[in-house]
Amino acid sequence: MKIPQLHIPDGFISAPVSLISLAIAAFFIYLALRGAKNQLDEKVAPLAGLAAVFIFAMQMINFPVAAGTSGHLIGGALAAILIGPWAGVLAVTVVLFVQVLFFADGGLIALGLNVINLSVIATLGSWYVFKLLQKILPKNRIGFLTATAIAAYISVPLSAVGFSIQFAIGGTAAIELSKVLIAMLGVHAVIGIGEAIITVLTVSAVLSVRRDLVYAAASNKSLLKS
Amino acid sequence: MQTNKLIQVGIVASIFVAAVVSFYASSNPDGLEYVAEQVGFLNTAKDSAVAGSPFADYATTGINNERISVAIAGVLGIGLTALISFGLFSFIKRK
Repeated sequence: MKIPQLHIPDGFISAPVSLISLAIAAFFIYLALRGAKNQLDEKVAPLAGLAAVFIFAMQMINFPVAAGTSGHLIGGALAAILIGPWAGVLAVTVVLFVQVLFFADGGLIALGLNVINLSVIATLGSWYVFKLLQKILPKNRIGFLTATAIAAYISVPLSAVGFSIQFAIGGTAAIELSKVLIAMLGVHAVIGIGEAIITVLTVSAVLSVRRDLVYAAASNKSLLKS
Repeated sequence: MQTNKLIQVGIVASIFVAAVVSFYASSNPDGLEYVAEQVGFLNTAKDSAVAGSPFADYATTGINNERISVAIAGVLGIGLTALISFGLFSFIKRK
């Protein structure tokens, strides 16, 4: 038994591109700190703390997917829906910090690349997908959870595209983008199913006990009543 | 359910997942590592600068029992994440 590496190690992407990514990631963390201050309700702050802890735990659970590979939760969609997109960015970033610094999972200068893909793209990307779906889908529990499932699913291939773009710009191996992109999308299209299942089960559990604490449900009056 | 109760239940569940369930996690390479191997750039990976960490790869140095080794790493990770995240979010709210 050995928990596999979950994140981009140093070396895949050139040092300059990794360093620029660190700067971009720092800028988004700054935006998230500002944004979370406005979005985070006093009574929701403890839930935000818990979200990071839960995501750390769930990322340790690699689930098998086809052909000798495995996947794990990102948690970006989960965090965005439970505690809001900006607090969500911070929660996933805290998890990445701990993993990189203490568990040697993901490279130190690759941290920016990982933050961009997992904290920023997965969290904010799934949030916009979720908001869009909320406009189309019925404003009840089923509609809410359907939007949650699809947003969570899409966050995984979105992150895979994020890595592929980074690889195209700064990959140290001379491999065509199309080869990397197709392989990344193929595997992550399956892993996304796991992300959707874990996210829906968790969001649905919190909705059942304290729907008033779910950030994305706060503006949904009919959901609060049902 | 009281907020405090919900947080406690969540923490206990997270500790259970990180300390016990994690032992049963798949050790197959994850999506990225699998692609790196298939497409052919896994060999460009460099060891982390903190690869010598006593808890590198979610295993505790010096503990031969794998079940206990991953459990210690999991609980430590939960503690560190909790410390930083609860600290950060309460700090954001206080400002």
